[in-house]
Amino acid sequence: MAGKVNLRIWRGDSKSGDFKDVQVDANEGEVVLDVIHRVQATQMSDLAVRWNCKAGKCGSCSMEINGKPRLACMTRMNTFEEGETITVTPLRAFPVIRDLVADVSFNYKKAMEVPSFEPPADLAPGEYRMQQVDVERSQEFRKCIECFLCQNTCHVIRDHEENKKSFAGPRFFIRMAELDMHPLDTIRNRKQQAQEEHGLGMCNITKCCTEVCPEHIKITDNAIIPMKERVVDVKYDPVRWLGSKIRKREGI
Amino acid sequence: MSQKLDRFTYDVVVIGAGGAGLRAAVEARQAGLSVAIICKSLFGKAHTVMAEGGAAAAMGNVNDNDGWKVHFRDTMRGGKFLNNWRMAELHAKESPDRIWELETWGALFDRTKEGKISQRNFGGHEYPRLAHVGDRTGLELIRTMQQRIVALQQKDKKEFGDAEKFIKVFAELTITDILKDGDKVSGVYGYWRESGDEILFESSAVVLATGGIGKSFKITSNSWEGTGDGHALALKAGGALIDMEFVQFHPTGMVWPPSVRGILVTESVRGDGGVLTNSEGRRFMFDYIPEVFKANYADNEAEADRWYDDQDNNRRPPELLPRDEVARAINTEVKAGRGSPQGGVFLDVSSRLPAEEIKRRLPSMWHQFKELADVDITKAPMEVGPTCHYVMGGVKVDPDTAAADGVAGLFAAGEVAGGMHGSNRLGGNSLSDLLVFGRRAGAGAAAYVKALKNKPTVSEKEIERASTRISEPFTREGGENPYSLHQELQNITQDLVGIIRTEAELKDAMDKLEDIKKRAANAKAEGGRAFNPGFHLALDLENMLLVSESIAKSALERQESRGGHTRDDFPKMDPQWRQYNHATRWNGKKIEVEAEKAKMLPNELVELFEMNELKKYYTENELAKGGN
Ligand SMILES: Cc1cc2nc3c(=O)[nH]c(=O)nc-3n(C[C@H](O)[C@H](O)[C@H](O)COP(=O)(O)OP(=O)(O)OC[C@H]3O[C@@H](n4cnc5c(N)ncnc54)[C@H](O)[C@@H]3O)c2cc1C
Ligand code: SF4
Ligand code: SF4
Ligand code: FES
Repeated sequence: MAGKVNLRIWRGDSKSGDFKDVQVDANEGEVVLDVIHRVQATQMSDLAVRWNCKAGKCGSCSMEINGKPRLACMTRMNTFEEGETITVTPLRAFPVIRDLVADVSFNYKKAMEVPSFEPPADLAPGEYRMQQVDVERSQEFRKCIECFLCQNTCHVIRDHEENKKSFAGPRFFIRMAELDMHPLDTIRNRKQQAQEEHGLGMCNITKCCTEVCPEHIKITDNAIIPMKERVVDVKYDPVRWLGSKIRKREGI
Repeated sequence: MSQKLDRFTYDVVVIGAGGAGLRAAVEARQAGLSVAIICKSLFGKAHTVMAEGGAAAAMGNVNDNDGWKVHFRDTMRGGKFLNNWRMAELHAKESPDRIWELETWGALFDRTKEGKISQRNFGGHEYPRLAHVGDRTGLELIRTMQQRIVALQQKDKKEFGDAEKFIKVFAELTITDILKDGDKVSGVYGYWRESGDEILFESSAVVLATGGIGKSFKITSNSWEGTGDGHALALKAGGALIDMEFVQFHPTGMVWPPSVRGILVTESVRGDGGVLTNSEGRRFMFDYIPEVFKANYADNEAEADRWYDDQDNNRRPPELLPRDEVARAINTEVKAGRGSPQGGVFLDVSSRLPAEEIKRRLPSMWHQFKELADVDITKAPMEVGPTCHYVMGGVKVDPDTAAADGVAGLFAAGEVAGGMHGSNRLGGNSLSDLLVFGRRAGAGAAAYVKALKNKPTVSEKEIERASTRISEPFTREGGENPYSLHQELQNITQDLVGIIRTEAELKDAMDKLEDIKKRAANAKAEGGRAFNPGFHLALDLENMLLVSESIAKSALERQESRGGHTRDDFPKMDPQWRQYNHATRWNGKKIEVEAEKAKMLPNELVELFEMNELKKYYTENELAKGGN
């Protein structure tokens, strides 16, 4: 796609705001972020937008494009119809700071609430031994670039501000699953913690988070569902719970 | 002052939340001090996140012939012996411990069959040496240390009731000035990107960990943060930059589509078997093996291909020569008319590995080409060309403590520091550099603060000076748009101070830079102070200009070709020139260059090399005198 495109950009701050329509050039192979940058350089030098790597690796440029949570640097212009007006707005689940920039500090607070990795006390650095198959499950979740698109899309917080206090959100469910599946983590009750302290029970497995994840992490199937299933096991069968943790320790 | 001013006091302030900054902060906190971590973007987004291939550390997990001595040798060869040998020595010795330590903080590297950390081949490294996680190693590093910081905060919360009592992250904040009391650092000054409000940190020790300078060039793999802020801050505080003529052009950046030109294609593609070909289908790297490397690189395809399975009995494929060699070769092929349709060359793994294997080993490359260029790398070759990637030059520091030369209380680590990589950095040696010297900078700063008798103070005059500078872009009358000035600057550096240089072009560049400097001093920011990128760029421009001037002037002085500095008018490497590093300083008006004597290796390190090899790098005089 080359030539002019129509962009409708939300401009404003926490107090007020409105849409501004602009026409701007787009060249072959460009992504939405390129076009926003061109608007910035030629028409609105104070247009606020977050970005860093422009390669889908840092998760900074999250916004809503035609209402869908997307990375602006990975959304190609040729995915739109000729003449279509492209509407860009900040992430809706979080307070807006200015223009396309949202206040995502909620996520950093939630990160602080997840207990950190706790290695075995008797293992010196350099002595860690783990098999590739055993680390792979956690590695999938460590691909997360913290774009918070999943957090933004999850209806539990998108539509219910009041849930934010007790609900960590999909990004942190995969973090808890990652630690739970880490072959050498020694904290034994991550599943219960997820359920009782971080609101895992409020998730009703709609899979919207998985659909928007730019890293294609199977958030629901590989993290949330196993965590929920095992919480059920654990709650009703203490022997199985113990067994699962002993197997985990055998990985050493 | 009309602007609102926030004030904070910390024992140590770390500017930068990339690998180097985070590691420094962890160390200073573990030494019992209070630490502020400051970064321009959100926490966890620093440029380090983009590193793909891995972190070099001679753990010997895949080939047990490896060890620090071999790593040291490779690093010196890669840097053409201009490296600060003490830094290269510390780096080679300490990187395994730094990698293992990450595991204790939760990192999950790819594994060998024995369950150890797996290591991959990379250009210039004799053995498989790069600890990695697929091709997203930088993300693993950042996330692990980000989570380590959170762990330290959780501990503080338990013990003192306040998670941010001793370590706090100040994100989306730009530092514009280092404040001084006499000859000592007394704090830093900057603005919140979000609101434009100003902020002052009183602190007797400041660690610069601000990363690189790529955004001074048009085609670059760097993110917007790479505007050389730390380089400029050090210059203005009275410090020196060394080796600024050495800029690494990574041989393989994307060349198409235009909007992603420069984005990196990781060297792992070649480490895992990818080959470079020209429009005639020829594996041209066999034609570009320099004399000094003939003993280690295969001169025929059969041997090169055997090497992937049997490294003890075959020489390496020439695609894995150090980056400067490969970048120049690609440049020459394209200039000779043997390039690909989009002006690069072909990099192919599709004919070398099964599709599934490519997706497993190079997932983010597969993803990147599929989504950004509509190319399936399991079926078709990529088109690639050189991109500005890394600056070897940087703040002149003491190797052991990372203390900046000439400024008491200032420390520097990571890409912003100079010396470690000499004239050319080996792939993978940056991530390990961040860990080794980040830790040393944190320890150096902590020791400095603890030993300090009288704490320097921040004067109102210093605050006034720093504050005025920040408001200037708004008060200027009729100045130019910072975006167009930035583009002009990028074109000048790209065309005249780029991969191949000549005296006439460098002089031309200097005149043009002088002109932009005058105009940039008048660059005007439109709109208000809140999250205003035009305003941010107007201030960053000054940094990029100081860096570009340092590069151009150092490059003009060095009349030879070595590593990341190629002079068309002086194409040979000359041992006479190895005896000097260029140091640049700022005299308040312009950059001045000084040639400083580079030290000879000490005897115990001289012994690691064959005399025949040393003769290629050192003068007869130096060798006759022997080690230091
Ligand atoms: C695409 C790519 C791939 C790479 N792959 C590898 C690899 O595989 N192996 C390897 O060893 N190396 C690799 N490198 C190089 C390596 O990633 C970098 O050299 C390294 O990450 C730099 O780290 P750093 O900690 O010095 O700084 P950075 O990670 O660049 O962080 C700089 C920090 O400083 C902050 N900052 C800067 N200026 C200011 C200011 N004025 N005020 C406040 N904060 C400021 C920034 O916000 C940021 O937090 C790669 C580089 C690129 C671009
Ligand atoms: S699956 Fe659960 S976490 Fe994911 S979006 Fe739906 S409710 Fe939210
Ligand atoms: S899980 Fe996916 S969508 Fe959620 S923050 Fe991580 S990368 Fe983004
Ligand atoms: S800018 Fe980094 S993900 Fe888009």
